[in-house]
Amino acid sequence: MPRARTRPAATPARPVTLYVATRKGLWTLTSDPARRGFKLAGPHFLGHIVHHVVLDPRDGRTLLAAARTGHLGPTVFRSSDRGRRWVEASQPPAFKSGSGRAVDHTFWLTPGHASSPGVWYAGTSPQGLFRSDDGGATWAGVDGFNEHPQRKAWCSGDQDGTPDGAKLHSIIVDPRDPAHIYMGMSSGGVFESSDAGASWRPLNKGIRADFLPEPAPEYGHDPHCLRFAGGNPDRLYQQNHCGIYRLDRPGEVWIEIGTGMPKSVGSVGFPMVAHPREADTLWVFPMDGTDVWPRVAPNGKPAAYRSLDGGRTWRRQDEGFPASQAWWTVKRQAMTVDAREPAGVYFGTTSGEVWGSRDEGRTWRCLARHLPHIYAVEAA
Amino acid sequence: MAKASAEAAAVVRVRIPSPLRSYTGGDDEVTVAIPLLAPENPPSLTAVLAALEGRFRGLRFRIVDEQGRLRPHIRLFVGGTLATDLGAPVPSGSEVMIVAALSGG
Repeated sequence: MPRARTRPAATPARPVTLYVATRKGLWTLTSDPARRGFKLAGPHFLGHIVHHVVLDPRDGRTLLAAARTGHLGPTVFRSSDRGRRWVEASQPPAFKSGSGRAVDHTFWLTPGHASSPGVWYAGTSPQGLFRSDDGGATWAGVDGFNEHPQRKAWCSGDQDGTPDGAKLHSIIVDPRDPAHIYMGMSSGGVFESSDAGASWRPLNKGIRADFLPEPAPEYGHDPHCLRFAGGNPDRLYQQNHCGIYRLDRPGEVWIEIGTGMPKSVGSVGFPMVAHPREADTLWVFPMDGTDVWPRVAPNGKPAAYRSLDGGRTWRRQDEGFPASQAWWTVKRQAMTVDAREPAGVYFGTTSGEVWGSRDEGRTWRCLARHLPHIYAVEAA
Repeated sequence: MAKASAEAAAVVRVRIPSPLRSYTGGDDEVTVAIPLLAPENPPSLTAVLAALEGRFRGLRFRIVDEQGRLRPHIRLFVGGTLATDLGAPVPSGSEVMIVAALSGG
């Protein structure tokens, strides 16, 4: 039975800070209250590969950064003063000794439930799920997933060959229930836990897996990004390797909603974001998934696509973008929204530009350029 | 049971590459002493790394993974010779050099 919903309120007109994680460090962009001007600051961790930086919404000051360097192993840095000082985790995410597996990098960070201060989750490459109970200082594997007898089968083996490494990502915690968690794996599919990670089950019915011999397997899919609908955690949206999908719980079967996208653009992309309050509104940022998968803006003409009706129809939003010969794209953590009214939408590109819209995608402005390859953008 | 003493310790100089100097307070060279249970058995690289970790918490995990394997772009030299195994002996007075190997563009 669907659980009660609460509609989040828009935040007041205060500055927005974007945390821009790149292949060469972390930068911030901070706006004025009207979100007209943004000031770039940084770098932090110059030369480090920073996959994700997230501000803890529970206290508004704790930041975690997932980082490694080209030579050194992966770690997590913590700041308790919004990034002025950083301390390394004393026990970063790592698989159990004897398991034969080693974390290459921590890819995704998610704060735990509002009622669980200090709890964080991390997803790694190769696919592993980790939890911290002390604000990111020490991490332990979530055995219900990492040690699950089916884990290897779910992940297509320990090294499934995904470019840049297989990922566990999109860890999302039901705002009504700290024990109810979803996550995605590229590859592996979407999985659900109702007992705080003690057990997991695949949740992939209705998702195509055109790249596998069995077109409708139970798992092995390639979700790129998974989000709750704004104000309605009974609805999930998914950007997948094989299209765009919606799932309304307690339903079990995903509905493909990318069929209304223009054929010349397609429905492949990495990121998607949901409006913070309107459950039917979401954005995707398509990329070229044809032929050898160039993974750039289709035809060199970047555009976001917005749906106002849960994915039944889509409208192109490209006012302000280059009209041609722009061959960047947007990685799965690199698109985000703020909680303001109207919602701000932001993304970072593989070519080091940050773009933003303060009118829900109608018009776009370049907020920063000449940064390194951008992996993640989060707004706070 | 044999008892380690200050006299029965291997002293090893370790050269630290720039990516790891945030752990050593900027020092490019540090010295560690590893207790010896038997003078004829020098410590291994594993023991040297454990001693380093004891002084510079977090350093070891950046160069050795959770399965005890040297990370792909790290090399260790003992007395100028490339070590292929963390069990390699490190005689007292020798130098260990940690190299962040060149890779990529």
